[in-house]
Amino acid sequence: MKNFQIIKALSASSAVTGKAKDNSSMFIAGGTNLVDLMKKNVVAPDKLVDINGLDLKKIEFLKGKVSIGALAKNSQVAEDSSIKEKHPLLALALAAGASQQIRHMATVGGNMLQRTRCSYFYNTDMPCNKRVPKSGCGAIGGSNRMSAIFGASDSCIAVHPSDMCVALAALDATVLVEGPKGKRQINFTDFHRLPGNTPEKDNTLDSRELITSVEIPDHNFTKNVHYLKVRDRTSYAFALVSVAVALDLKNNVIENARLAMGGVAHKPWRLTETEEFLKGKTVSEELFRQAANLSMKGARGYGENDFKLTLGANAITEALTIAASK
Amino acid sequence: MASKKTNQNKVTPEDSNSRRDFIKKSGLFTALAFTPPTLVMASDKKWDEKIAEYLETVSLSIEVNGQKHNLNIEPRTTLLDLLREQLHLTGTKKGCDHGQCGACTVHVNGTRILSCLTLASMQQNAQVTTIEGLSNGKKLHPMQEAFIKHDGFQCGYCTPGQIMSGIACIKEGHANSREEISEYMSGNICRCGAYHNIVDAITEVKEGGKEL
Repeated sequence: MKNFQIIKALSASSAVTGKAKDNSSMFIAGGTNLVDLMKKNVVAPDKLVDINGLDLKKIEFLKGKVSIGALAKNSQVAEDSSIKEKHPLLALALAAGASQQIRHMATVGGNMLQRTRCSYFYNTDMPCNKRVPKSGCGAIGGSNRMSAIFGASDSCIAVHPSDMCVALAALDATVLVEGPKGKRQINFTDFHRLPGNTPEKDNTLDSRELITSVEIPDHNFTKNVHYLKVRDRTSYAFALVSVAVALDLKNNVIENARLAMGGVAHKPWRLTETEEFLKGKTVSEELFRQAANLSMKGARGYGENDFKLTLGANAITEALTIAASK
Repeated sequence: MASKKTNQNKVTPEDSNSRRDFIKKSGLFTALAFTPPTLVMASDKKWDEKIAEYLETVSLSIEVNGQKHNLNIEPRTTLLDLLREQLHLTGTKKGCDHGQCGACTVHVNGTRILSCLTLASMQQNAQVTTIEGLSNGKKLHPMQEAFIKHDGFQCGYCTPGQIMSGIACIKEGHANSREEISEYMSGNICRCGAYHNIVDAITEVKEGGKEL
């Protein structure tokens, strides 16, 4: 790892100012992804701004919403009794991610900003448009078992690896950020982006901005929810496909539905068309199969990941069935 | 005194083109917004040319297994390398060095974490417990005894991490069933496949009800 300077920020504004001075500087919080990337020389900042001293760790239940500080640890949120009660989908998704050691270290903001696990991104001997723009995509025509089936481009077929973000996308969360020009809010589903011709950009955050918190509006999705994660081993592996489902059921009729997939796109893949389709309909196996088929519309495989087309549909059916039976 | 120097050396984004230049020019202007103790000290004592070299390392106060250490380390030093290479506590193992195996698991301020993904320079005043800090003299920790009793290992390389993780697993309240133990121990890989016996050991310590 290249050596670097490290400074500790005492406030969000000083963190932003300190980082803005130097283009090659980066914020560091839990470090679970960044330190790994620095060891592999995928990123090599000259300066790290340690933001762990900032007062951004609280989970606060406010009128009409919950506010989760960007520095709240993944395990802290996953095991918070009020989060489990009011936002069980989020707790389930968080518990499905990484290992307990990593959840103790990783923060909510850092989870959102984690980079893809595409092997070409990690291997500096290989071409990767995300790591080195215009160098090519090794995964297209290469080893792409983990790659995207939705929204990919000729430049990049990488997926966003987060579980937490899939739940936050389904729950209509909002991201609060602070930058040199002040504060702003970003809809969670607009935070991450599709690769297009600029896959080096994972999200719509300005490089000088800092995530300060995530807010989730109150909702009725407290019972019939499920996070189904299909992976190569039972635990501690990234998703091949994951599905976040939240249903608001009254007498077996779906009043409202939220659906999003992970492991299938450059961003958490919200399925709004399927949500509309399910609304007002009575729960049945046939309905869920139709919903799954509708959800996979527009999906395409790249060879090694063709199995995700079938797996995705089955995972949606299964997740809906489990959620409805809770 | 110091603030006068600060104004003269005010740094603009355009001219801070290297770490060393940045440090030389920014002086206390940066120190007011941030708190690298070394920087404040260096400015106060007016070391000029020496400053940049001195700042290639940072000072760290850290307590490991009850013993305090005051060290100068490179910012890039991981907690794992600090423990093994500088403090010669080689009980904590380096497996993958990328957060995928759990062999480097230690407790920092009572919480299990991966020391390979932890920068030591960010652990100012932390209290660290490693496998070496578990026994009481020659009396082994109950988890160490249980691993021996249940054959919770074969080659032993993952064992320090398994034991540190197993203790935390019980303390966190995640050892209520074999399934729960497996899930919350999933960050510790054992390539010999001693998983069944590891779960036996943790289950026995949990049911023993001793304070860990």
